[in-house]
Amino acid sequence: MKISLKIYRFNPETDIKPHYDTFFIEANPMDRILDCLNRIRSEVDSSLSYRMSCGHGICGSDGITINGIPALACQKLVKDYDYSRELLIEPLKYFPIIKDLNVNLESFFQKIKNATPNIIREKVFGSIENERLQSIKERSKIDDAIKCILCGCCVAACPVILEQEPRFVGPAAILRAQKYIFDSRLNDSNERMKILERSFGIWGCKSYYMCTIVCPKKIKVTEAILKTKKKIIQEFHPKSG
Amino acid sequence: MRSINKLIHEYDVVVVGGGIAGLYTALTASEQCKVAVVSKVHVMRSHSVAAQGGIAASIGNEEEDHWEWHMYDTVKGSDYLADQDAVKILTKEAPNAVIALEHMGVPFTRNKQGKIEQRRFGGHTKKYGEGPVKRACYVSDRTGRAIMDTLYDCCQVKGIDFFNEVFVLKLLFSGAHCCGVAGYDIANLLPQIFHANSIVLATGGGGKIYKTTSNGFASTGDGFALALDSLIPLQDMEFVQFHPTGIYGLGILISEAARAEGGILRNGLGERFMERYAPTLKDLAPRDIVSRAILNEINEGKGVDGKDFVYLDLTQMGKEQLTLKLPEISSFVQTYLGIDPNETPIPVAPTCHYIMGGIPTDQDGHVLSNERGVILDGLFAVGECACVSVHGANRLGCNSLIDLIVFGRRTGISAADHTREKELPPLPQQAENIVRDTINNLIDSSGKESVSELRETMQQTMTNACSVFRNSDELEKAKEQICQLKKRYLDVCLRNKSKTFNYELLELLELINMLKVAEAIVFSAIQRKESRGAHYRSDFPERNDEQWLKHSLVYVTPEGFRINYRPADIAWFKPEKRRY
Repeated sequence: MKISLKIYRFNPETDIKPHYDTFFIEANPMDRILDCLNRIRSEVDSSLSYRMSCGHGICGSDGITINGIPALACQKLVKDYDYSRELLIEPLKYFPIIKDLNVNLESFFQKIKNATPNIIREKVFGSIENERLQSIKERSKIDDAIKCILCGCCVAACPVILEQEPRFVGPAAILRAQKYIFDSRLNDSNERMKILERSFGIWGCKSYYMCTIVCPKKIKVTEAILKTKKKIIQEFHPKSG
Repeated sequence: MRSINKLIHEYDVVVVGGGIAGLYTALTASEQCKVAVVSKVHVMRSHSVAAQGGIAASIGNEEEDHWEWHMYDTVKGSDYLADQDAVKILTKEAPNAVIALEHMGVPFTRNKQGKIEQRRFGGHTKKYGEGPVKRACYVSDRTGRAIMDTLYDCCQVKGIDFFNEVFVLKLLFSGAHCCGVAGYDIANLLPQIFHANSIVLATGGGGKIYKTTSNGFASTGDGFALALDSLIPLQDMEFVQFHPTGIYGLGILISEAARAEGGILRNGLGERFMERYAPTLKDLAPRDIVSRAILNEINEGKGVDGKDFVYLDLTQMGKEQLTLKLPEISSFVQTYLGIDPNETPIPVAPTCHYIMGGIPTDQDGHVLSNERGVILDGLFAVGECACVSVHGANRLGCNSLIDLIVFGRRTGISAADHTREKELPPLPQQAENIVRDTINNLIDSSGKESVSELRETMQQTMTNACSVFRNSDELEKAKEQICQLKKRYLDVCLRNKSKTFNYELLELLELINMLKVAEAIVFSAIQRKESRGAHYRSDFPERNDEQWLKHSLVYVTPEGFRINYRPADIAWFKPEKRRY
């Protein structure tokens, strides 16, 4: 069968403003959206730019916007959409667009870095006689956070970032910090929480749940943020809670 | 982050490739000196993130285990081709390596005592083959991802500089001393030159040479090609691992952990056929044996509905165990096949997974320039692109991750040491012009061949002739076809002339690399007239220790490929017939 994809195009070398190209290609309902993009690049227009790596939703390269919603091109299949109509393919929102679907994620990784500084107290290779113990229950507190693949979909869906405060640290970075704050093996959660409390930090989150809705790894992001807020209140502001 | 405008970057150690091997080497070296990691994808998109099942170490948290047992299993799994002194290092240092990862923050799955939980894995046994042992430490089925996340955060703390989306075209030498790499920024085609006393190749594998693979799009064998271009030999390239359980058609990996947790392979008749091939370990036999068994069943018409796949049956595991132990796999199967593995068996077939061969190194990551073991000054290799050799003719599951950590550490130390011992030699003149010329020549190409068509032909050729079963006729034909393809790419047409994220150019450069590696694999496979590990020759179906218990080293010469051999180290365990 034939489907049609309307794709956002921008080449900084030649274009003053972006435009859309529509491609009609042969596809199956079980094809990944990434397969469709690859077909366009190899058969129709080799200048189409987008990133990809693992092709099965674990590396986080191919976050794009499909019909207005952030998703991984390799994790969504044609059948997941109403393919009798045109599919709208755009880059992730919020991030600066470099070319076509390629955005600049530098600010994303910088925020991740800022939210998780000094991860290792001692030297990276400290005393290594024995493993530290951690109960199954303790470990389960970070079960969700370790699923994150840093694709940026949550940030590109966050109404706070898109409409209110672009400097907001964003869901992914808070989740990364949550992984360390709730890790029973570490004893520096207070310092980490203080960092999250800084301006444009965790209190910017208004619990719109968009991060949770779009997360390709089905992480309960908002819940993790709420748990972190609760812990911060318990530790630092017991009376205001 | 990278500074786009600078042309030449000077460091003590430059690591090419940012997967687990690259990051661990970089971290270790950064204890002593200034390190940069150069990667053609953002480092966090490296294919190490896709490692699922676990990391092998005889820490004995679940039951009695010893590094000597691990060593025996690794040697036997390698079909006795692995160098046993290297395997000794791997297995002896493995427990400390895992504990080190735990201390760096890897969130291992825990057992009831709060210790790192361990599970069974293919070919890992107790008491020298008596039965399966729980040796694989893991983080559910996202072990690679969890290790990468931890190492990445550690690298940030240590101030390691990442140069993401930079493609390396050439190793640079000052006389015989490797002292740099020349590449370009994929975002804008500008040359990027890295100048350092120690250069480490950690570029991973090349599964994309084949049509069906568990590897990502970036696994195009670039490090192998860089070595060949610099007249460095590649060792044991005929040994390419096909993982038994790729999702049918797609090749996406279903970890061996699925069988470790109770999954069973069944043919079209519903039989648990592995009982016939490996009575003791059954479904947990090493990968070469299971892959051949699956294809045997299929060739005898016992595939499912007579087709070319069998079933991996996880229905007896129970929903809770599936969610707990194999969450990623369950979701892949749900997403890509639309089936619930709790209710329906998964159609699987062998998929190209791992290249046992690679750039020959000693036990500290020094690249060896010939079969006599002469060290190439300044160049190191580690991980899948290297060949120490600890995997020999067939790698055991969970042994690659431990290889990356153990030899990543050793390579990091020796790369840093080397930097301190030597003055930085000058870069060759005008290194950036080499890059500009290469890129401009390709961008200006206006022939009639298309990159994607050539790539598909290569993948089909390699899949047909050089997969699980091989024979002289098919291999000779494949050799001829690869030669044709190498001529055809000279007449390629690059339609995309853009300087910004030009992926047609990148894919052409990757294709050129893959063709070189494919040729090296086929050439090595033609020469080895025996069956050992993953290299099975239908025309020479027996292992022949008398003539072939040796490593092959393939060299590029002006007259084409040439092959030499060096003996394998078999000091501890004498070769026996492999029975499981």
